[in-house]
Amino acid sequence: MQWEIVIGLEVHAQLSTRSKIFSGASTAFGAAPNAEACAVDLALPGVLPVLNHGAVDRAIKLGLSVGGKINSPSIFARKNYFYPDLPKGYQISQYELPVVEGGNVTIHVGETEKTVRLVRAHLEEDAGKSLHEDFHGMTGIDLNRAGTPLLEIVSEPDMRSSAEAVAYAKTLHSLVRWIDICDGNMQEGSFRCDANVSVRPQGSDRLGTRCEIKNLNSFRFLEKAIDYEARRQIALLEDGGAIHQQTRLYDPAKDETRAMRSKEDAQDYRYFPDPDLLPLEIPASWIAEVKSGLPELPQQMRIRLERDYGLSAYDAAALTADREIAEYFDAVADKLPSDPKLCANWVMGEISSYLNNEGKLFDNCPLSPAQLVQLLTRIKDGTISGKMGKEVLRQMWIQSGEQAGGWKRHDSEPVENLVDEIIKSQGLKQISDSGELEKLIADVIAANSKSVEEFKAGKEKAFNALVGQVMKAAKGKANPAQVNEILKKKLAK
Amino acid sequence: MLNSSLKQFSTLLAAKKISSAELTGEFLKRSQALNPGYNAFITINEETSLNQARAADMIIASGGARPLTGIPIAQKDIFCTKGWLTTCGSKMLSNFISPYDAAVVERFNAAGAVNIGKTNMDEFAMGSSNETSYYGPVRNPWDTTAVPGGSSGGSACAVAARMAPAATGTDTGGSIRQPAALCGISGIKPTYGLVSRYGMVAFASSLDQGGPMAKSAEDLALMLNVMAGFDTRDSTSLQREAEDYVRELEKPLAGLRIGLPKEYFVKEINDDVARAVEAAIAEYRKLGAKTVEVSLPNTKLSVPVYYVLAPAEASSNLSRFDGVRYGYRAPKYIDLDDMYRKSRAQAFGAEVKRRILIGTYVLSHGYYDAYYIQAQKLRRLIALDFAEAFKQCDIIMGPTSPTVAFDLGEKSSDPVQMYLSDAYTISVNLAGLPGMSIPVGFGDKNRPVGLHIVGNYFTEAQMLNVAHQYQRVTDWHMQMPAGSQE
Repeated sequence: MQWEIVIGLEVHAQLSTRSKIFSGASTAFGAAPNAEACAVDLALPGVLPVLNHGAVDRAIKLGLSVGGKINSPSIFARKNYFYPDLPKGYQISQYELPVVEGGNVTIHVGETEKTVRLVRAHLEEDAGKSLHEDFHGMTGIDLNRAGTPLLEIVSEPDMRSSAEAVAYAKTLHSLVRWIDICDGNMQEGSFRCDANVSVRPQGSDRLGTRCEIKNLNSFRFLEKAIDYEARRQIALLEDGGAIHQQTRLYDPAKDETRAMRSKEDAQDYRYFPDPDLLPLEIPASWIAEVKSGLPELPQQMRIRLERDYGLSAYDAAALTADREIAEYFDAVADKLPSDPKLCANWVMGEISSYLNNEGKLFDNCPLSPAQLVQLLTRIKDGTISGKMGKEVLRQMWIQSGEQAGGWKRHDSEPVENLVDEIIKSQGLKQISDSGELEKLIADVIAANSKSVEEFKAGKEKAFNALVGQVMKAAKGKANPAQVNEILKKKLAK
Repeated sequence: MLNSSLKQFSTLLAAKKISSAELTGEFLKRSQALNPGYNAFITINEETSLNQARAADMIIASGGARPLTGIPIAQKDIFCTKGWLTTCGSKMLSNFISPYDAAVVERFNAAGAVNIGKTNMDEFAMGSSNETSYYGPVRNPWDTTAVPGGSSGGSACAVAARMAPAATGTDTGGSIRQPAALCGISGIKPTYGLVSRYGMVAFASSLDQGGPMAKSAEDLALMLNVMAGFDTRDSTSLQREAEDYVRELEKPLAGLRIGLPKEYFVKEINDDVARAVEAAIAEYRKLGAKTVEVSLPNTKLSVPVYYVLAPAEASSNLSRFDGVRYGYRAPKYIDLDDMYRKSRAQAFGAEVKRRILIGTYVLSHGYYDAYYIQAQKLRRLIALDFAEAFKQCDIIMGPTSPTVAFDLGEKSSDPVQMYLSDAYTISVNLAGLPGMSIPVGFGDKNRPVGLHIVGNYFTEAQMLNVAHQYQRVTDWHMQMPAGSQE
């Protein structure tokens, strides 16, 4: 039987507010245990939550970005359960009326575009951490994370493969960073996925029983966990077994999922509206204010890059996977509109790999878009070859220091022409005087009679060897197109 | 001197007839002498109080005194008080020294008042007789075989026995007004949101409201001036301009329309209570007020609605008492669940457990709609009843409690009987309205009777005026229990 895999994701995005969602304590990562837990986070008797409006701003941003509905009012509810790292004995979350409802996210898998619908996004607080090591059979509690703002983004079960699930997670990951509501740091747990996985016979329109795999904190684990879980379910069903609704954990070491708890022991969370917090009213003016601060969204920008710059869908998608790359590219292409493809290749190729090597982000690129355009202009007008361009870039990189506050701050300032200086001082200018080239080529033909004979005997490879010899003689400064042309002409005689 | 008003104490202090240290010392001496019999205080910190008094004396000497500077005030043990044991009447918090001050405590500190001690109360404010306290019952100073009412029984007793000039209380279903009535003092529960709940150990968040308890309406006005005010730390605190609650005290009552709900004057009221209340209303007519019959048809629903909503919120509010971070932890347990179970089983009393169970039940899957949602709808109807009634009157009056103080142990084995005695006060909390009780005489066994005054939202100044005008022409509020005479 052919099986169809059905996946829905719940993503917990930690919102990038400086203080917690219901207290004034810091959310900075890495402090000494409990150093960032104030009276409210400790749930001392008598303390009360006060909503951080910065968290709401961020939820509205996401809602607008996915075309969802911003609910007003939305309601904070208590989810009641006992756990040592849950200090109040309940988590403040949203239940019946979340801040965002609906919306959708467009994903790309290969050449295919697909829309994943969202159910909702709601605000809630994170719990603390239980530390089971280092306490000699006891458990340590660190409440620094308790009260950190989370936006739980719940999708419809619209994905049909682990590749789609990963594409969705990556798109969402890129979006939350793009709109600057979450730092996206998966290692620190700022972006965590729970995957609901079920399988059903191909063509069926009934959903199978699902299992939820909790806390997947990398795209690779997400993919592998879904693949394993789908295989497990299919094998079970093909053996005549049945799926039981369960919460499961993925073990990366063993590459398998295992049962954590079943639906039967699912807790009754006794949700009810939190009487300590008023219904959250979001007037239209608040939404308008957030809207005015939203950047161009990746999906819009992708379409613009394809339309205005004639880029391929692939390039446009790759460039808009990250807002910093996209903005850098946009600034480069804006200054060199005659060859956006050249710009795209250099931004995603050389610049990207230099930055990667140094662990830097595009915003802190030592080379400003204007400087890169100077370089690309010299390649385009034939002054230097692309290969020489890479050498010039290497030297520019060494000479250019990182600009304080990143390139954006200095983008309108005049830039000295480092490129022409380097070309001149190092003599990297391409030989495009045809007289000079013809002499060089004649010398090469004379010195390589064996290759010439082989070429005349029909061996195409020999031509390349001759080109190589010419380039070597020109110390790489010959214009390859010109070399080809003259060489062909001379050999044809 | 013990029977002096706050204003008189303030005048004595300002005139240097007495120092705050001396005044505080006098009340401390009295408290230490009387407390073994009455059990009104859980904690008395003589040195801390005297240090505060000496600091107040310096403020007075420097000319920076405010109306309550140097005056000893007792704090209900539900208000977190920095450096003080704050037990909320429970074994669960019997080891909890608060690291911070409640907003109310901060406000009294800023006003220069002296904290004279932490008063006894029903455990987590759950009770109407002060018999559920882990620290033992409080006695009614008018008759030590009777309960003082609850849950602010310690505060009511302390004020009635003149162990403190005034005290704070909290009121979730009548916990200020009922003990005030049963102990023959005055007390007001303000409009919900007027007094910050920050640092007040939560019982039922949507109903809890702090307020003052004192001998007279005039004293209550001065206390409320300190206690009321917007607090950013409490999201349910109301942002409105500060009021002077003393400003309307002297207004004549001519033309005042007093609403008498027909549902309040029914056979459930004991004759002795009815007689005292009717006499008080007659007095008001003499003062120029008119009476008009009004109806609050959903009054009978208030007790069942309350006993769904309050336990629901309480069951969640009390989840933080898990033995993990502070408070009581069982000495022996085998694992985490066992620690929770034993700590909570050993440290919560029967009434608290009963309400946690009720609350957990009504919030459970399958029961939530039938209980919690229904109760919320009825709560709205109860509030609408009042809105309707206030179209015909300025203020509503009735008995605070259907009976005078009952005997210790009389109702402790019958929780439903106990719950029903709060019928009049509970509906006021459900509607979020301000309510107060003032002494209007004595009933059976010479136990005090309280008149319940309910105002519309934010009419505290008017209510205090209504109470004060009565107290100008009567002296019930000046009477002291025999055992407390100087």
